[in-house]
Amino acid sequence: MIRELHVQKITEAVRQMCIEANQNLGEDVLNCFHQALQTEISPVGKEILEQLIENARIAREEQVPICQDTGLAVVFLEIGQDLHLTGGDLKEAVHQGVREGYGEGYLRKSCLDPLSRINTKDNTPAIIYIDIVPGDQAKVWVVPKGGGSENMSRIFMLPPSAGLAGIKDRIVETVKEAGPNPCPPTIIGVGIGGNFEQSALQAKMSLLRPLGTPNPDSELDHLEKEILGLVNKLGIGPQGLGGLTTSLAVHIRKLPCHIASLPVAVNVQCHASRHKERVL
Amino acid sequence: MSNIVHLTTPLTDEMVSSLRIGDKVFLNGVVFTARDAAHKRLIDLLDAGKDLPFEIKGQIIYYVGPSPAKPGRVIGAAGPTTSYRMDPYAPRLIELGLKGMIGKGKRAPAVKEAMVKHKAVYLGATGGAGALIAQTIKAVEVIAYEELGAEAIRRMVVENFPAVVINDTAGGDLYEEGINKYRQS
Repeated sequence: MIRELHVQKITEAVRQMCIEANQNLGEDVLNCFHQALQTEISPVGKEILEQLIENARIAREEQVPICQDTGLAVVFLEIGQDLHLTGGDLKEAVHQGVREGYGEGYLRKSCLDPLSRINTKDNTPAIIYIDIVPGDQAKVWVVPKGGGSENMSRIFMLPPSAGLAGIKDRIVETVKEAGPNPCPPTIIGVGIGGNFEQSALQAKMSLLRPLGTPNPDSELDHLEKEILGLVNKLGIGPQGLGGLTTSLAVHIRKLPCHIASLPVAVNVQCHASRHKERVL
Repeated sequence: MSNIVHLTTPLTDEMVSSLRIGDKVFLNGVVFTARDAAHKRLIDLLDAGKDLPFEIKGQIIYYVGPSPAKPGRVIGAAGPTTSYRMDPYAPRLIELGLKGMIGKGKRAPAVKEAMVKHKAVYLGATGGAGALIAQTIKAVEVIAYEELGAEAIRRMVVENFPAVVINDTAGGDLYEEGINKYRQS
């Protein structure tokens, strides 16, 4: 049986999730703030964490954005192969959802031409990734991603001899060099393997996993906790003013890679880690 | 020890020279907003020998691109953007009498040197706390480059705008001090 879904439903879901993601910080992130308040020893660090909790409350109650950088709209779609999309162009439906969400939600339009620097004025085009999966449903994620933390992200094409030690060094180095710039406490998304562009995409996708949930791969789960420990010894702390809470989590995904390569991508995510998902 | 200081703009050399890293500042009065595109235009004006769209002596520039105001509000979310992108432009403005900058993140050595030489300070506001900070902004007026949208230059009136001194006129750097204090490796 082929199920039908009008693309207007996708537009509507994207519209709503753009607004919700930017106004309502997820419980997973808030829980991390509260946990960090228990372990942080820096008085200024604690004060910053309290400000972030208060900021999230104001944004939620008054329906204003958590952060003025409401990001580029990154949209992931998993489309079931038994689903027939009707009523128009899927990608245009996503762009329209972003256009409506950023307009009606009073969100900032941060998208512009890279050379002329002329703003597109409606935050489109969205950055869209589409995957075809078994089933007859559509799953949609909206992930507004700010520029400050994205600018601190890196890709390393390591030689295989660098090994696990080299991977850890590059991740810690990325966080250290970023210092206060990406709005710590951060979440560190890591993609290991694949090729040049896949490593970056895996790093981004690792950020979709709710904070506080274990990595399904127990080896990677262990590695995530080890690297989080290393990162939090850097002393950067909340907002880079010194402290133990430099990052809230490290998330890792891996893919097989070429015998000659060891790609490692580090996608830094600010504490305003916004992601919403919906099944249609 | 860090102090709590209430400051009202415009700022004098004496006012900024008394500030030290770690001081908590509550700002009152006027601040001007400018970020990447506006800074480029300001420097282009200076290169062309023209006047800036506002008197910069004694003033503070806030690096922010606010989200649009909902009906009935003066501003949307309005937290700081990362400051290093303004580093190529900042020393020239400091030389002209700019007394303060508000942003987040590290500054280049040339900016820190200009702050020491010409008496100016760099204040950090909490990045990602745009909804909280917006509550201290009481009036907003676009004064230049409206076509830049979020990047336009705005004149903001603030009441008890919270910030912390990151770089002072003595060459101190709160980021370096903070990290050194808590680093374990």
